[in-house]
Amino acid sequence: MTQRYADGKFGDYGGQYVPEVLMPAIEELTDAYERYVLGNEDGFMDEFRARLRDFGGRPTPTQYAERLSDRYDREVYLKREDLLHGGAHKLNNALGQVLLAKYMGKERIVAETGAGQHGTATAMAAAHLGMPCEIYMGERDINRQRPNVFRMRLNGSEITPVTTGRGTLKEAISETMRDWATNVEDTHYVIGSIVGPHPFPSMVRDFHSVISTETRRQLREQTGGLPDAVLACAGGGSNTMGMFTDFVDDEDVELYAVEAGGSTLDVDEEAGVAPNSASLSTGEEGVLHGARTKLLQDTDGQIMESHSISSGLDYAGVGPELAHLVDEERVNAVNVDDDSALEAFHRLSQLEGVIPALETAHAFGYLEEHHEELGETIVLNVSGRGDKDLQAAIEETEQRDIEAAPSMAEFSGGI
Amino acid sequence: MAGDRGGGSDLEAAFADGPAFVPYLAAGDPDYDSALAYVEALARGGADVIELGLPFSEPIAEGPTIQSAVVRALNAGMTPDRFFAFVEDLDVDVPLVCMTYYNLIYQYGSSEAPSASDSRATEPGGGQGPRPFVKRAAAAGLSGFVVPDLPAEEAEPLREACDEFGVDLVFIVAPTTEGDRLRRNMEHVSGYVYVQARTGVTGARDDVSDQTERSLQRLADYDVPKAVGFGIKTGEHAARIVAGGADGVIVGSALVDIVAEGVENDTPTEEVAARLEAMARELKTGAERGYEQRVPQAGGN
Repeated sequence: MTQRYADGKFGDYGGQYVPEVLMPAIEELTDAYERYVLGNEDGFMDEFRARLRDFGGRPTPTQYAERLSDRYDREVYLKREDLLHGGAHKLNNALGQVLLAKYMGKERIVAETGAGQHGTATAMAAAHLGMPCEIYMGERDINRQRPNVFRMRLNGSEITPVTTGRGTLKEAISETMRDWATNVEDTHYVIGSIVGPHPFPSMVRDFHSVISTETRRQLREQTGGLPDAVLACAGGGSNTMGMFTDFVDDEDVELYAVEAGGSTLDVDEEAGVAPNSASLSTGEEGVLHGARTKLLQDTDGQIMESHSISSGLDYAGVGPELAHLVDEERVNAVNVDDDSALEAFHRLSQLEGVIPALETAHAFGYLEEHHEELGETIVLNVSGRGDKDLQAAIEETEQRDIEAAPSMAEFSGGI
Repeated sequence: MAGDRGGGSDLEAAFADGPAFVPYLAAGDPDYDSALAYVEALARGGADVIELGLPFSEPIAEGPTIQSAVVRALNAGMTPDRFFAFVEDLDVDVPLVCMTYYNLIYQYGSSEAPSASDSRATEPGGGQGPRPFVKRAAAAGLSGFVVPDLPAEEAEPLREACDEFGVDLVFIVAPTTEGDRLRRNMEHVSGYVYVQARTGVTGARDDVSDQTERSLQRLADYDVPKAVGFGIKTGEHAARIVAGGADGVIVGSALVDIVAEGVENDTPTEEVAARLEAMARELKTGAERGYEQRVPQAGGN
């Protein structure tokens, strides 16, 4: 378990910019994080790992991707986080935090969700551990991700639509913070990424770092060495930091955080819209949702509305640790646009029999465009499976001319 | 010493003669000119200090009422520079406090980096921190700041800039603020302390929380003025809170509701202003009534 940046500051980034009413809860959480997560008090981490294994299905495999390796004439490996229970890496963090809430004696869970992956993971973890759970989700995301809404309800969670702003992840986080500020004494906020005030960025990273621990070990077993490049998509950055953490000290391993370039990197300052979610690539330093980090914002400091074809990447901020690693030039911040991600979605589905989440597809879009620069051995995090995105993928595909895409017209009437 | 940082500030002075009534409105809600009239109406109605919201796109401490006000003001084009112009255009003679979120304070002036030649070579974000904003605010005549997403832990740069330009920094004390935290926060406070009446976000309520009384008891030993906010919406509330030991009452949502109603019904500006003035008077008189109720106890102390 890493103790890097234990004070919650990542260079200039991080910190605790939250209303005073939450500070005692943040102090309580910091204390619990240090004792249970870092110190394994009462065997917390042992129980966490056992539950990740028995309930979650860890370890997930690192798989050699034969046809992609042929296509790019180099060794391509897939870290199959899509095979974790729930179909995405999100369970690592959700299970860790709900378990921690139990150890802390909290009686209720709140969480926000964008794509619904964190929400479904939290709903599963809450059901598994017998905790009441309320999930805030932007109205627009509810419409984009109906199957995930049903899954959360099936697991017994309450869903509260958020109608402010554009009704996506940014607003859902703000609204969940308001709930937490109201019910702070008995409620724990299970934040869904490596964002927010300390200790969340460090704690969420620690829960997800098992991804890189396994990948590093599995690759060494299979190849006898380390990869030349590690790729992961990046929105808030939880799968990214989970995939990178144990490789950060391996100086010869290049790390690529692939952001959503959306429709364009250009920004419409007048309308307050950034038609992308590339805060690492194009954002400026600022303070949002409890942390100082890189943000999509206008020159006054108002937060921009972001955009991505994948709602899980659609966020105007990014984890402070990832922002710091980009400034330190340890992590390469790159991006691909909506079209490239959608093409990669089809390519991976057809070449490897793996239907990726649209978030995940961004990493494969970058592989297609830049494989020649990535060395001989490349590993990508398949952060989630694409079942939740079928509706969106079919609709978006219809609007484009994608060579590899099958026609769904004969089955029109929807899925 | 707690409360002495701002040494004889405008804000402390506003609490010197009886209980202070501190209303809040979002600057530029629903538009620049109407908002000027509304704030001036509050002053006529007896405001002792006025908190002016500079709208931020992610107001995480606000309930639905003030969130809507923020959206209206932003849609009508409010920006930090227009906010300062608004302050300068106001014809009121009570001290004004700027209530906003830290990112707007932090970003101000960052696009005008120290020199064009090394504009990206300094710290990220321009590297000037909160100083340019505070300097401009002081020049516009603002007396203080309330920054809901800035706990004492992160407040040092703003505190320094406020000290440099002679502006007060008001901190919020929540029902959850106790023990060492309370002592630490009180070391930073100047002007007055904003006593958050209950946990949660802003918004008018029908009852007054007993969390308020406990908070006032915890603060009894500090001699900085204590203004209670969150949920107060009638003169009766104001009276009870002042009778319970508060030095002032802060009222936001109940006033913003009047503005919102005016927008919804397309009510003429003068009429909305008259309602705001009447509401202000009710709250101010309520606070004074509460003070009279408490004087015998205070005198025996």
